[in-house]
Amino acid sequence: MPDLTQSILELVRLTSTDLPPDVEKVLHQAVEREQPGSAARGALETVIKNVELSRKNSTPICQDTGTPIFYVHHPAGCSTQELRSQIEAAVVEATRKTYLRPNSVDSLTGKNSGNNLGGSHFPSIHFFEEEGDTLTIDLMLKGGGCENVGIQYSLPNSQLGAGRDLAGVRKVVLDAVFKAQGKGCAPGVLGVAIGGDRGTSYLASKEVLFQKLNESNPDPELAALEIRLTEEANQLGIGPMGFGGETTVLDTKITALNRLPACYFVTISYMCWAYRRRKMTVLTDGSVKYE
Amino acid sequence: MHELTTPISDETIRSLRVGEPVAITGVMLTGRDAAHKWMIDTFIKKTRQPEGDDLETYEAIKPLLEGGLIYHCGPVVGGLDTKDYRFVAAGPTTSIREEPYQGDVMRHFHIKGVIGKGGMGPKTLQACQEAPGAYLHAIGGAASLIAQTVVKVLGVYKLEFGVPEAMWVIQVKDFPAVVTMDSHGQSQHAVVEEKSKKALDALLAKN
Ligand code: SF4
Repeated sequence: MPDLTQSILELVRLTSTDLPPDVEKVLHQAVEREQPGSAARGALETVIKNVELSRKNSTPICQDTGTPIFYVHHPAGCSTQELRSQIEAAVVEATRKTYLRPNSVDSLTGKNSGNNLGGSHFPSIHFFEEEGDTLTIDLMLKGGGCENVGIQYSLPNSQLGAGRDLAGVRKVVLDAVFKAQGKGCAPGVLGVAIGGDRGTSYLASKEVLFQKLNESNPDPELAALEIRLTEEANQLGIGPMGFGGETTVLDTKITALNRLPACYFVTISYMCWAYRRRKMTVLTDGSVKYE
Repeated sequence: MHELTTPISDETIRSLRVGEPVAITGVMLTGRDAAHKWMIDTFIKKTRQPEGDDLETYEAIKPLLEGGLIYHCGPVVGGLDTKDYRFVAAGPTTSIREEPYQGDVMRHFHIKGVIGKGGMGPKTLQACQEAPGAYLHAIGGAASLIAQTVVKVLGVYKLEFGVPEAMWVIQVKDFPAVVTMDSHGQSQHAVVEEKSKKALDALLAKN
């Protein structure tokens, strides 16, 4: 198996310093909706300037480089143990090169490991065996501020009048956006998982955020709900950074999982505007493509 | 645009109103969860005895905070091996986690301004009225851009808290922020929350 450490290091650099084009595009659209001279518009203008500067100087878009979350899809016969050690080596080197902030803290002693490693869950790595012979690695950097405003509801929720259907889902998602205010560095993108158990629901609410913003949901009912939720979340008027304004949410992505008869969870992962996710594909000839 | 230079006088602080953009020039100290807890436990509530370099650190940061600014920030710092530190990425972190401590820390050290993101609650707003002080909202995530306003890293205390949690002394020029809580009891965050609550209730009433 070839050593991919350097290519993964490049994936980390790219993810931390260069915002994906689909995200940058919606930020540009959002600026136009805000009043000239408003704090909301000023915030978005600063955000866009920052994105450009980070790309130019190859410095982190945000200092909170978050939890590095890797999804590896590999052909049969790949050693996931080897891949794991290559990913870990790349993460350590990326930290040394200041593409990542040392972010892994021992929960009992409070000690920061200094190199973004720590136990088997930091960084977070998921492996899937696929047919064919390409290997892809998706990386998302999910910051702590927006992670803190993520939330899970168990339906029915009588306080919000939310039952076990899509109408109920709509209500709790709006409540989550209200509760988040600007604290997750609005404008954000909502990753929503309906169903699952508590654990899978949280995982799926992040996985759905790997989709591109311009791809619409194949399920027409969920596609309609995504559009409606984005529109209605913006009617809350929370605005960029919670300064008040037109854009609170840039987009909504929903997925549905099978659930137990007794459970109906709705989980919302809030992704800040610094929506850092990139993909690398290792082709059969060994060359690497990034997107 | 209001130009703010440290140390900041009470008069200048009182002239600030919510919604106003500011450009900050001077010296500030970064401090977040571990730093605030350390200040409270060791010097304000005194629930633990000072140890190691605690007293020395306290004496060193006191003059920096007098009329000064504390910045809720966990930066990415370059030059760690050579100690020739430079800020690579340095946006604000969520401030509300310091709500239990901030007011007491402001009063104790005579801090005039708290910089962070997401705003703070009633205890800090109260302290802003008394101090007087203001909450200055930096743009969350604008880390590269803000790092460019950090012209020099003057020093660091408590590096053993980890790079993000250490107290970094930085010199800034034209650091951009917006006043979202002022010394007159106004909080933009409270206003936005109230308005959005009304909008939410209207949306929840529909199906
Ligand atoms: S929420 Fe996102 S943009 Fe804001 S500080 Fe955290 S990682 Fe950065």
